[in-house]
Amino acid sequence: MSPQKRVKNSQVQKRTSQVSGNYPTHLLAWEEKEDLNDSKYSLKRGQNNPVEDYGHADDQAEDALQIAVRYFEKGPVKTSQNKDKILEKHLKTVENVALKNGLAPEGIDILLNVALSGKFGSAVNTRILKCMIPTTLISEHSVVKAVSWLCVGKCSGSTKVLFYRWLVAMFDFIDHKEEINLLYGFFFASLQDDALCPYACHLLYLLTKKENVKPFRVRKLLDLQAKMGMQPHLQALLSLYKFFAPTLISVSLPARKKIYFKNSENLWKTALLAVKQRNQGPPPEPLKLMLGPAKVRPVKRKWNSYSVIPVLNSSGCSKECGKKGMILSNYLSSRELFPLEQLKSFPQLLKNIHCLELPSQMGAVLNNSLLLHYINCVKDESILLRLYHWLSQTLQEECIWYKVNNFEHEKEFANFLATINRAQCFLQEGFYSCETFLYKSLPLWDGFCCRSQFLQLVSWIPFNSFSEVKPLVFDHLAQLFFTSTIYFKSSVLQSLKELLQNWLLWLSVDIHMKPVMNSPLETTLGGSMNSVSELIHYVGWLSTTAMRLESNSTFLLHFILDFYEKVCDIYINYNLPLVVLFPPGIFYPALLSLDSSILNQLCYIMHRYRKNLTAAKKNELVQKTKSEFNFSSKTYQEFNHYLTAMVGCLWTSKPFQKGFYIDPDVLEKTGVAEYKNSLNLVHHPALLSYAVSFLLREWPEERTTVNMSSIRVNKFIFIMFQEFTIALFYRKICTFTFLPVLSLLPPQNQSEMFAS
Amino acid sequence: MDSYESAPQHIASSRLKDYFIGATPLQKRLESVRKQTSFVPTPPRRKIPQCSQLQEDNDPQKVAFLLHKQWTLYSLTPLYKFSYTNLKEYASLLSAFIAAEKQKGLAVEVGEDFNIKVTFSTLLGMKGTQRDPEAFLVQILSKSQLPSENREHKVLWTGWFCCIFGDSLLETVSEDFTCVPLFLANGAETNTAIVGTWFQKTFDCYFSPLAINAFNLSWMAAMWTACKMDQYMAATEFLWSVPCSPQSLDISYAIHPEDAKALWDSVHKTPGEVTQEEVDLFMDCLYSHFHRHFKIHLSATRLVRVSTSVASAHTDGKIKILCHKYLIGVLAYLTELAIFQID
Repeated sequence: MSPQKRVKNSQVQKRTSQVSGNYPTHLLAWEEKEDLNDSKYSLKRGQNNPVEDYGHADDQAEDALQIAVRYFEKGPVKTSQNKDKILEKHLKTVENVALKNGLAPEGIDILLNVALSGKFGSAVNTRILKCMIPTTLISEHSVVKAVSWLCVGKCSGSTKVLFYRWLVAMFDFIDHKEEINLLYGFFFASLQDDALCPYACHLLYLLTKKENVKPFRVRKLLDLQAKMGMQPHLQALLSLYKFFAPTLISVSLPARKKIYFKNSENLWKTALLAVKQRNQGPPPEPLKLMLGPAKVRPVKRKWNSYSVIPVLNSSGCSKECGKKGMILSNYLSSRELFPLEQLKSFPQLLKNIHCLELPSQMGAVLNNSLLLHYINCVKDESILLRLYHWLSQTLQEECIWYKVNNFEHEKEFANFLATINRAQCFLQEGFYSCETFLYKSLPLWDGFCCRSQFLQLVSWIPFNSFSEVKPLVFDHLAQLFFTSTIYFKSSVLQSLKELLQNWLLWLSVDIHMKPVMNSPLETTLGGSMNSVSELIHYVGWLSTTAMRLESNSTFLLHFILDFYEKVCDIYINYNLPLVVLFPPGIFYPALLSLDSSILNQLCYIMHRYRKNLTAAKKNELVQKTKSEFNFSSKTYQEFNHYLTAMVGCLWTSKPFQKGFYIDPDVLEKTGVAEYKNSLNLVHHPALLSYAVSFLLREWPEERTTVNMSSIRVNKFIFIMFQEFTIALFYRKICTFTFLPVLSLLPPQNQSEMFAS
Repeated sequence: MDSYESAPQHIASSRLKDYFIGATPLQKRLESVRKQTSFVPTPPRRKIPQCSQLQEDNDPQKVAFLLHKQWTLYSLTPLYKFSYTNLKEYASLLSAFIAAEKQKGLAVEVGEDFNIKVTFSTLLGMKGTQRDPEAFLVQILSKSQLPSENREHKVLWTGWFCCIFGDSLLETVSEDFTCVPLFLANGAETNTAIVGTWFQKTFDCYFSPLAINAFNLSWMAAMWTACKMDQYMAATEFLWSVPCSPQSLDISYAIHPEDAKALWDSVHKTPGEVTQEEVDLFMDCLYSHFHRHFKIHLSATRLVRVSTSVASAHTDGKIKILCHKYLIGVLAYLTELAIFQID
């Protein structure tokens, strides 16, 4: 498209919007121009469609359209001999343009008049109505004029029906609806016409506002229903009326949701799509925010007939009922409440957040991410209480191991838990109901039902004093942990890692903003840090025991080290004054592991510990004043001890010099003569494969006698590093290599630095 | 790394603080749940139901109506935005709802004449303390078609809501809520379901069937035996169920009420109160007596029903109250159980 044309386009769009804003003057202008035969200007529409050979051909078409429109406006020429031919020609012109580019508001205005005034025959009217496709918008004024023709009674029943269908189909393209709404009574009256009734219902359904719902109309509708029986279109209108005025009407719909309206716009379906695209540009992205599938499964349940989670409904009843006692201001403000059913996007939520109508059953928010946003920022305690009660009871009722003979609903319950977890994850906050549910149900859990969902609930336990939660949750969990498979143990560790992460996030956000709190012990930062460190120590205890039970399984060790990857970075990542080291029962098995990725992970963790401790030490020196969060010298000593062991093993070949005594006889039995060297980088069992492949690469001819002592460490490390990055067999290789281990050296300097 | 002091000022969010102080109703709820879960679920001692605590202004006719009927028990979470001044509107809305439910798919006008009528009425004086919200009664009546006898409506279904000594629950909710945790229904289950659904939709509450476990049944047995009666109307009877196939075996054990009272008096020590030890002892005496005669260990079976002259209760959550004098006492215990369930 040429730049010039783009300019034109924007002008056109501007004009269209002007037309919609201030219609009569422009129509006038248009007519004047037409009189002056300056048709090129006025009817140039449809350029939004990039047409390749735009230019002469289109101009011609528009001239033809111009002539055709004028022809129709004047009415049929009675004297002409070949009037049918001319009529056909003009009709074709209008149809072609309309289908291709749509018609301008002015054109539609004139042609609607023609179609409904009955100047031509019924067949012509039908054809005209069928091609009343707007380029962008339809003026409200045209519609009002057209409706006025209906009162004159010049058009046939079928034309009326078609007009109503057209109105329903084009409803969204009418620029304003205020004046049309003033005709509500007229449309309502046409319900009596049996042929019109379904379409009139649909139109009214689109048009109805709260103030249109009147008792006499309700009565009329119910009369109609009594006369015609259960009609979907009447049901639709009635349920809309009930939505606006629940005190006037009661309706209950069959469980299976029916389609209320026959697709009355399908005559214009493709044309409508084109118009929509012209109006909006490319189709909007689907709503990403929607959490779960909105579809609900039919469940045979007497009380909550649709699903566990209630359907989203605005709270009509209770508010309406209290109307009598409401003070005036309340009543006025309540009129402007934004109905939930219309809430579709986040900007809408922001715009209407002060006047949002809440759902009648709070549980419905679980399936609606926008409302989750809302309840997250609203301070109203009653909303949370409603949700709390509903969720607690539902969990209790649905929980399959709570009651006997409830096991056929396992899948359903798992889905429900998954929905809750999604919502919790979305809010980044746990529900209290879930916490209480855990307290009650964990002692009865078999560790198998809905395992992953249930363990995920554990990871969303809100931040708590650990000693308080321990007997309620963790003691029960420990029993299952020790008696279950390695996979169960790993999943528990995984969810404990997530729990730690969630707690740290809460604390890092919440704790810094309240420097002074003159309240009980637990409110201090120290109290919170205690709670976290207790959690870490608890997991340390679990892991050490689990390592023994599972005979140092590498698989399990991965999950344990994953947990410590979070732990080692608390000071830097979360800005919280806490460094807790791993217990020896984890460190030594990892150091002596046969798996190189474990050794790798361990080195990474040691490296991060060092970073954190260095940062802490630096801050302490800067602060000078004694803070309550200075780490005890014990932490540094512990770290130094581990570091010395590590360096001794991997680098200097002086393993376990302090605090270790191995009986020489035992060593002799192992047959390892030079035990001191057998754990260094070259000889470490986890790195054996690298050493061998290194040898084979360097001395390919010496296949028979492999002598590892000939490996020179520097070069070996370099090659091994290469191998690691090439292999990429483990995710952390990318972020960490053995190089940071080297940064831990030389040991004597490090020890000095950390000397307390 | 950001040093510790230069941490950005976070926007004040008070959740964490609230959490520790336990200031909000929600926190109080959580606290109470924690306590309940971590300690013995029921307090080890309760008061023996005292002679009528019904206040003067109750309607004896209505109270009489509640007695000698079998009620199915439900627990109910607090009603949101329920107002005692709107009972009339509720009645017309509910009757329209029922009419609409009965002819699914049809809309009905609120206030139109159906062949059923719903009434809401308060049960004055049915409370333990002044703080307890007023109990109320909901009835579905059938209207007779003949205009001549329009006085007599047949009662199709009755349900009532009450809260007796519900302090522990009342403390934990804000004023938008009405706490009537105990709901009792008599009539067709379908009607209960319709009424329940309407309440759930209208007041965002939740009904759950309230079952009574054997532990609580033995408490009932002890407490009700302890009640002083002028005259006994029925035998004290226990029903145990033995889970064996193909059909379960029921053991019924009836005692003369005066004998039961004598047994109770022999184990009872603290005046005016019942303790856990006393309950256990009372039941143990019954067990050993039975074992002496029939060589059956009742303690290995499941207690499913207790009936005394005060009331009778079934483990399925069915209750029949017989004695007007101890109505409030019985309801107080049931309220306690209901509150425990919704916590």
